[in-house]
Amino acid sequence: MKFNAMTAVAALMLAVPGIAAADPDDDTLIINGELEMTTKAPLPAHMEDVNMDQIMSGWHFRSDETQALEMDDFDNPGMIFVDAGRDQWNAVEGSEGKSCASCHEDESSMTGVRAVYPKWDEKAGEVQTVAMQINDCRVNNMGAEPYKYDSGPMANMEALIALQSRGMPVNVKIDGPAQETWEKGKEIYYTRFGQLELSCANCHEDNYGNMIRADHLSQGQINGFPTYRLKNAKLNTAHGRFKGCIRDTRAHTFSPGSDEFVALELYVASRGNGLSVEGPSVRN
Amino acid sequence: MAENVRPRVKAPKSASAGEVVVLKTLISHPMESGQRKDSSGNVIPRSIINRFTCEFNGESVVDVKMEPAISTNPYFEFEAKVPESGDFKFTWYDDDGSVYEDTQSVTVG
Repeated sequence: MKFNAMTAVAALMLAVPGIAAADPDDDTLIINGELEMTTKAPLPAHMEDVNMDQIMSGWHFRSDETQALEMDDFDNPGMIFVDAGRDQWNAVEGSEGKSCASCHEDESSMTGVRAVYPKWDEKAGEVQTVAMQINDCRVNNMGAEPYKYDSGPMANMEALIALQSRGMPVNVKIDGPAQETWEKGKEIYYTRFGQLELSCANCHEDNYGNMIRADHLSQGQINGFPTYRLKNAKLNTAHGRFKGCIRDTRAHTFSPGSDEFVALELYVASRGNGLSVEGPSVRN
Repeated sequence: MAENVRPRVKAPKSASAGEVVVLKTLISHPMESGQRKDSSGNVIPRSIINRFTCEFNGESVVDVKMEPAISTNPYFEFEAKVPESGDFKFTWYDDDGSVYEDTQSVTVG
């Protein structure tokens, strides 16, 4: 009997590498051979009671081939959309005859923006995302049509702005006037939705590193958004991804740009405080 | 008519004589296959890059016939031996008759 038990243990150990393949790896993300990214960081203070060792970029959960695509800007298909975003930045639109560049000049003026958004906006009296700021500028300063919240042009512009902050640590503020929105986002994160009755936490906190059908579950960090996904060959916005995730629980989803998703974006972003901004990242 | 078509090439600026270098090329293009239909059921006409060539000082390096099943934003990576200083000339041929070109100089020494 004892021998059989040992054989069973040995068989189990042999099987372990197969299981372990779903775990995040220990590779280092260096972009263009020069920019080293922080892809693992200690838990932010507000996550002290969460049962996790550290926070990790979704990059660690991908295969070596997918990881390599993000390590060189020429190989990163997201950069095509950044170029498109740059054209939009310089394009004059709307009744005021202005482009983004008319006021903000070079896109490098957006350095650091992606790292601290979503952020409390005193004038508007609400938490605003980068996308909301872009549309605010388009409507009120340019006299142009707003972009649809999770559309291609919006993702292009978000990618261009995210790129300016690449490598900087995510650092969204969750106290002060933003706290109410943050609490609301946290509640959504832990609320079970849909026929499958799944909350964000069920997958991305309790089961990251495990397989969900044929794919690896990450921690659901959004430091890499907008993200180029190989499955649909385009840039995906954080709200578009939230929508897809909630749809997969077989629930009616919130709309991209809704108060609920803005709150959720703030909360999820704060779970990544300390990770480098990666946008535009590459995932599958 | 394809819009926002932009060729990109990554090639080394210098090499030693006879060195084999890696060339990476990408062109942003929708590569519409001609198999798809729009929301009202009409076939979306085919619009692809149908040929890609690379020459070094007039000598052919690669000449690729491209088909409708190739994905959007086609990417080619290949190697070439550089015997002397010169120019790599990259050419993409579009279904609509457009020709997109890029040239990269390599110095041997």
